[in-house]
Amino acid sequence: MPRTRRKEAAAAPPGRVRRALGTHWYAWTMVAPVVLVIGVIIGYPLVRGLYLSLTDANEANVERNIGMNHIPATYEFTGLHNYTEILGGDVFWGRLGWTVVWTVACVGVTFAIGLALANLLNRTLRGRTFYRLALILPWAIPAFVSVFTWRLLYNEKNGLLNKLLAGGGIDAVPWLNDPTWAKLSVIAVNVWLGVPFMLVALLGGLQSIPGELYEAAEMDGANAWQRFRNITLPGLRGVSSTVILLSTIWTFNMFPVIYLLTRGGPGDATEILVTYAYRLSFVDSPRDFSGSAAWGVLILLLLSLIAVVYRRSLRKQGEVW
Amino acid sequence: MRRGMATTALAAGLALAATACGSGGGGDQQSGGELSGTVTFWDTSNDAEKATYKKLAESFEKEHPKVDVKYVSVAFGEANAKFKNAAGAGAGAPDVMRTEVAWVADFANLGYLAPLDGTPALDDTGDYLPQALGSTKFKDKTYAVPQVTDTLGLFYNKRLLKQAGVEVPKTFAELTAAAKQIKDKTGATALYLRGDDPYWFLPYLYGEGGDLVDARDKVVTIDDDAGVKAFKAVKDLVDSKAAVTDATDGQENQLKALKDGSVAMAVSGPWDIEGVRAGKEFKDKKNLGVAPVPGGSASQGSPQGGWNLSVYAGSKNLQASYAFARYMSSAKIQQQTTEQLSLLPTRKSVYTLPSVKNNEMVGFFKPAVDKAVQRPWIAEGNALFEPIKVQMNKVLTGSSTPEQAAKAVGDSYRKILKDYK
Repeated sequence: MPRTRRKEAAAAPPGRVRRALGTHWYAWTMVAPVVLVIGVIIGYPLVRGLYLSLTDANEANVERNIGMNHIPATYEFTGLHNYTEILGGDVFWGRLGWTVVWTVACVGVTFAIGLALANLLNRTLRGRTFYRLALILPWAIPAFVSVFTWRLLYNEKNGLLNKLLAGGGIDAVPWLNDPTWAKLSVIAVNVWLGVPFMLVALLGGLQSIPGELYEAAEMDGANAWQRFRNITLPGLRGVSSTVILLSTIWTFNMFPVIYLLTRGGPGDATEILVTYAYRLSFVDSPRDFSGSAAWGVLILLLLSLIAVVYRRSLRKQGEVW
Repeated sequence: MRRGMATTALAAGLALAATACGSGGGGDQQSGGELSGTVTFWDTSNDAEKATYKKLAESFEKEHPKVDVKYVSVAFGEANAKFKNAAGAGAGAPDVMRTEVAWVADFANLGYLAPLDGTPALDDTGDYLPQALGSTKFKDKTYAVPQVTDTLGLFYNKRLLKQAGVEVPKTFAELTAAAKQIKDKTGATALYLRGDDPYWFLPYLYGEGGDLVDARDKVVTIDDDAGVKAFKAVKDLVDSKAAVTDATDGQENQLKALKDGSVAMAVSGPWDIEGVRAGKEFKDKKNLGVAPVPGGSASQGSPQGGWNLSVYAGSKNLQASYAFARYMSSAKIQQQTTEQLSLLPTRKSVYTLPSVKNNEMVGFFKPAVDKAVQRPWIAEGNALFEPIKVQMNKVLTGSSTPEQAAKAVGDSYRKILKDYK
């Protein structure tokens, strides 16, 4: 059909759109509700947050009608004031430093433990199903329940951990009452919560590595370490790069562990960026909506940056992701 | 006043706007002069007190059979955020709430509270203690009715002090001096120091002659010499092992330590009387002694606390809410909270009743309350605590010096209070 083809070619750019709409209209109608819902529940708050971060809005100056009281909106557009304020102060940088340490430590340790356990569980051993279930258990418990349990364990005066240590003749450890111990404590809890996910993901990855590779390597006389380095690790790269990125993003924003365990304390020793943003908009009074929004935007930017850089570096290593 | 550790669930109130505990019912307000509808009441009293409050709140229904009182117990540590979430979202806020004295100005400033002047909620205001009434005012209007008042005192274990052969200390210096003797003779630590809660810092600050801010002249005063000394006093008590402390769970740990006799003394308020008496050390109720909070190097003082009843401006059932607030602060109810919980009334007339006059705890706390230091009743009053908490933790864990801490608190106050020097 040469005629139609020529016609298409003539009206190239708009025609393609029209044709796409024409042939795939049903797909678009199917997708429309999702797009709409995402737009409403993600897009709108995001744009609104961005806008608020450029104002001086707080709880006292946004518009509200409460029964007989009408509070008019009196907040103003202040441009990048919030951002210069945040980036110019040392609170943000201090919190960022600890957030990075916290994220790297948590993800690193979680990955190492997850990988070790996955390797153990990948062998045929008696009661494998039981071990797997037991190790996945932390995942099944709601995070806040786990964290409260840990807080009871950590209690310096009445907690189980110190009771056990006392039995061994060791002095009470100020788990949550000393800045360094508190940092170690929150990391330990997050690792405990994060291992099951790593374990499951990596176990899946391990099982997709063909056994023949190991057999062949063994025939060539490769020892266990060499097999691990040259077969297991490369074979896991696809899975591990994904879980590391995901886990980095989750840990970076891991609000419940920090907030419920220490509330950022003692002092502000364990405060990460998100718990600080929470403090601005929920603890301080009047609630600082604009400041908190600005923190939120900065956190989003940081995470996007991490994701982009990470993807780049993976692509450089020849990974298609 | 319990700025206790909240065992808050995740996202304390994020989801609260969606809960159903709203001011349902509505109801036509005065059909035939009789009150009807639902009054949702958020009570913030603690575990030892809440059963009593539930009964008292529901007894309102006997006088007004058409009114349905919905009693909701809300943990003190969560109540502020929870109310703000609900009130700000316009859904789920209670009609009446038991509000900490420092919250009233904050909530009123944000437009969440109904002014009560000229409503049935306020009656016979001349009967209220002036200090208690002070905390209900904001910008010349009244936004709450006082229900109970309190201040901090020194709870002590009479048996332990006797065994150690020491007197009840009148200053923190005396307490430090007696600490070794207490430890040697009884094995108990002298004092439990609430390191997790900034409210407990105030007696040290007042004891050194300082204050948070000077609200009249609009000056931040916490970072002057007295503030530095106060941080140092706290640190010295812990360093010298005269006191033990915690950065988390202080309310629970303090109560337990006192009840078990592992500390001889603790600073607390009337709200803990019932809880302490439940402990094994105080099976004999007479073993619990209460004295004024020890003084510092300059003077002696503890903050005025207490609870008011506020009415939500968006309540759909204002008439019944006013009547309920008035009922809960009536002389009759105040008498019962004193008889059952040893809490301090806010009405002068109640103090003349024999059962109140003869209450041992009232006997101690009343003079202390009369002398208690009024806090600045400004909208930001409640916001002044968080910076102290952070810095007090830092001083106690040795990551800040008292000088640095006082300066840091002062700096954050100037950010909160924009027009202060």
